[in-house]
Amino acid sequence: MFRLLKDAKYDFLGVRRYAYATTLAIALPGFAFLLFRGLNESIEFTGGTLIQLQARNPAIAEGGIRAALNQAGIPGAEVQRFGGPDEFVIRARLDPEVVQSTESTQETAAAVDTALTQAFGAATYDIVRIEAVGPKVGGELRQKALMAILLSFGATLVYLWFRFEWRFGIAAIGATAHDILLTISFVSMMNLEVSLVVIAAILTIVGYSLNDTIVVFDRIRENLRKYKRHYMVELINLSLNETLPRTVMTGSTTLAATIALLAVGSEVIRGFAWVMTFGIVVGTFSSIFIASPILLAIERRWPGEDARGARAMVPPRGPETSPGPAAP
Amino acid sequence: MAMPANIRNRLIVIAGLVLLSVGPPPINMLGLGLWPQEVTLRTRGADGRMRDTTVQRVPIKLGLDLQGGIHLALEVDQSRGPVADPGGALERALRVIRTRIDEFGVAEPLVQRVGTGRIVVELPGLRDPARAKQIVQRSAFLEFRITDMQNAFSAVLPQIDAALRRAGVRATGAAAGVSAVEQLLGGDTTRRADTAAVDSLAAGGAFSSLLFQGSLPGEFLVPEEDFPRADSLVHLPEVQRLVPRGLELMWSAGPMSQGARSYYGLYAVDRRPIITGDYLADAQAQIDPTYNQAVANFQLTRAGGRIFSRATGQHVNDFMAIVLDGRVQGRPPIIKSQIGQRGQIELGNASLQDAQDLALTLRAGALPAPLTIVEERTVGPSLGKDSIDKSKRAAIVGCLVIVVMVVVYYRFAGLLAVAALGFYVLFTLGGLALLDATLTLPGLAGFLLSVGMAVDANVLVFERIREELAQNKTVPAAVDGGFQHAMPAIVDSNLTTVLTALFLFQFGTGPVKGFAITLIIGILASFLSAVFLTRTFFLIWIQRRPTLKEFPI
Repeated sequence: MFRLLKDAKYDFLGVRRYAYATTLAIALPGFAFLLFRGLNESIEFTGGTLIQLQARNPAIAEGGIRAALNQAGIPGAEVQRFGGPDEFVIRARLDPEVVQSTESTQETAAAVDTALTQAFGAATYDIVRIEAVGPKVGGELRQKALMAILLSFGATLVYLWFRFEWRFGIAAIGATAHDILLTISFVSMMNLEVSLVVIAAILTIVGYSLNDTIVVFDRIRENLRKYKRHYMVELINLSLNETLPRTVMTGSTTLAATIALLAVGSEVIRGFAWVMTFGIVVGTFSSIFIASPILLAIERRWPGEDARGARAMVPPRGPETSPGPAAP
Repeated sequence: MAMPANIRNRLIVIAGLVLLSVGPPPINMLGLGLWPQEVTLRTRGADGRMRDTTVQRVPIKLGLDLQGGIHLALEVDQSRGPVADPGGALERALRVIRTRIDEFGVAEPLVQRVGTGRIVVELPGLRDPARAKQIVQRSAFLEFRITDMQNAFSAVLPQIDAALRRAGVRATGAAAGVSAVEQLLGGDTTRRADTAAVDSLAAGGAFSSLLFQGSLPGEFLVPEEDFPRADSLVHLPEVQRLVPRGLELMWSAGPMSQGARSYYGLYAVDRRPIITGDYLADAQAQIDPTYNQAVANFQLTRAGGRIFSRATGQHVNDFMAIVLDGRVQGRPPIIKSQIGQRGQIELGNASLQDAQDLALTLRAGALPAPLTIVEERTVGPSLGKDSIDKSKRAAIVGCLVIVVMVVVYYRFAGLLAVAALGFYVLFTLGGLALLDATLTLPGLAGFLLSVGMAVDANVLVFERIREELAQNKTVPAAVDGGFQHAMPAIVDSNLTTVLTALFLFQFGTGPVKGFAITLIIGILASFLSAVFLTRTFFLIWIQRRPTLKEFPI
C-alpha cells in the first residue's frame, strides 16, 4: 500500500508564527503595489478598446507598433507581447478624466487598424480579436462584478452560519478573507489584468478554500466529541494530521489541472490560470495555518460546548501531552 | 451468481444516465444527449443566394470566443435628441435587426433583448466587423425629396454671412478663385450635369466662401478639405434659423470627385419627402452594365406606387434627391416623367457587396430609432481554433497527470475512481447538451478544473475507508462507513462551489456564464460519479469476493 503522510504528527499550530510571517511577506509588498500602481483593470471595467493582432511579418515589434500609434495620434495605448513572439495586444483605455463617448471606442479600433496598415503595409498582420466597451457598459460590468462578489460572500456567510456554530464560522471567514487578500496581493504584484474571468477565478478559489477549511473543521468537531479530555492544541493538530493526506491529494490533483492550463493552455485565460494556481496553494495553506490558529484563539477566549470538555485550553509549559488517555 | 437487487437497481440507474447523456435515437428526437444530430444551416453563399446545408454534429454550442464571431450590444441612441417611447422603439428595432440578420444569412445567429434597454446580436463565424455593424446599425431610412427649385437658399446666403459676421465667425483662407471654378466646370464629367452655370459664391462671407454653386438647383459643392468647417457652420443655430421655411440642408453621402479635386455636395431640399421607404416592397442590388456601377433597384408597394407617381407627376423636370439616413445618395436625378412603382438608387463607386447590403437593409425596413453600439467583441476564427486546440492539450495533459496520481496512490480503488471519472466527463458533456448551455473558453478551463475537484470526493471517501480499515473493520463495513462518513464533507464542498457559480451565472458576461454553467453541471456530475458510481463499482467488486479480507486501496 502506497501511503503518503500516514500517521503524520506534525505540529502545525507550533509553527503558526512562521505562517503569519509568510502571509505578511506576500501581503505587504502586494499592498504596496496596490497602493502605488493600482489594479490593472481590464477594459471590460474601464471601458476602452482592446485589439489583439497576429503579425505575419517578423519585423513587427512592440516598439514599431507604439511608434505607429503615436504617430497616428493614439498615444497612451498599451502595447504588449501576448503569448507567442508574433502576437500583440493593444489596449486603449477610456480616460475617466476626459469623458469619451461609446463611438470613440469603436473608432479607436478602426484608427489602430489604419495606423498599422500605414506603418507596416496591408496584410502584414491579422486582427484576431477586438473588444470595444463603452463607458456605460464598463460601469455596469464593474457593478455586476461587485454584486457577484458581495452576494457570493453573503451567501457563503449565511451558509456557514447554518453549518457551524459561530466560533468555527468566524475562523472560516478569517481564512477566506486571508485568501482573498493574498490573492489580490498576488494579482497586483504580478500586474495581472483584472477581468470578469479573473474575478470568477477568485470567487472559485474562495469556494475551494472554504471547502478545504470545512473538511478540517468537521474533523476537529468530530474529534472534540471523541476525545473529551485533550488539549485543544492537540486536538486541532491531530485533526490537521488526519486530514492531511486528503488535503495534499486534492490540492495536488487540482493543481495538476491548473498548472496544465498555465503551461499549455490558451493565452487568453492565462490570468485565470495564474489566479487559480496561486489560489489553490493559498487556500490549502490557509485552511491549515490560518483557519485553525484563529479557531484556537477563539476557543481559548470563548470555549464552545464541545471544546469545554477539553480540560485545559492551554497546555502547561513543557511537552504538550494531555493528562487524558493518549491520543492515537 | 445472482445479483442482489440493490446492485441491479444501481446498474439500471447508471445505464439510464448514460443513455440520457449519449442520447442515441430515438432519445435524441427529444433534443437530448450528445449523439450527433442533423442541423440545417441557412447561409448566404458567395453568389448572394441563400443555401441550406445539413451537417451532422455533436449538439454542443460553442461560445463566440471558441468558434470566432462578432458580439454586439446596442442601445437606442438618445445623444442626438430624445426618442419617444425608447422601449417600443427597441422592440421594433429588434424585429428589424432579426429580419436583416436572417436575410444576411449567418448560420445560427442570436438576436435578443437583454435587460430593459439593450439588444445583443451574436454572429458566429463572421469575419468582417465593419460590415456586420453596418448591417445592424444602419438606419436605412429612405426618403425622396425635391431639391430647392426656386434657389431660395442661394438668396439667403448673404444674410447667413452677415449673421455669421455678427456672431464673430470669420472667413478662413483665400476665397476660391475663378480658376478653381473653371476646373470644377471642366472636370465635371457627371453625366446628368446640366449646362447651368456654376457661379462663384466667393464674396468673402464666412459661409458662402466655402461653397460653389452646383449645376443643379439647390446644389452646392464644398471642397473636401473644407467639409468639416462647413459642416460645423451648417449646424450653427445662426445658420439653421435663416434656412428658408420648408427647406432643409443635407450633405451628400460621400465626396464626389470632379477633375483633380473632391467635393462634398450640400443640398437644399424640401423638408417634406414626397415618399419614404415605408412604402418599399422590395430592393435588389445589381451592377448597372451601362456605367459599370453598383445600383440598388427598388420596387414600391401598390399604394406607394400611386403616391409616388402622383408626386412625380407634379414635379416633372424637377430634381429629386434620394436621401438615405439623412445623406443624399448620388446626384439628384431629374424627373423626366411620372415614375411608377420602380426606381433605382445609384451608389457611385460602392462595391456590389455594399449595394447588396443596402438592398438587404432596405428590404428589412428602417430602424425606428438610431442605435448606438455600446459593446463590441470580435474574435477571429483562428484565435478561437487556437483556444480550442490549446485547451484540449491542457485538458489531456491535466487529466493524464490526475489519472496517474490517483492510480499510483490508490491503486485498484484508484482505477475504479478513474472509471467513474470517465463517466463524469460523459455526464458533464451530456449535461451541457441537455441544458443547451454554451461552452466557452473559461468554461473549458472550468471543466478541467472540475475534473481536478471531482477527484476530491473520491479522495475523501478513500481516505475514510483507509481509516476504517485501520480500525480493523471488515471490508464491506469499511466501505460503507467510508462513504457514510465522507458524505457531509462532500455535500459541503459541492454546495459552496455551486453557490458561488450561481452568482457568477447571474452577473457574468457570456464567457463567465459559460464558466459558471460548466462548473455547476460538473459538480453535479462529479457528485453522481464519485458517490453513486464508485460505490456501485465497489459493491459489485466486494459482492463477487465474499471472503475478502484486504481491500487494495
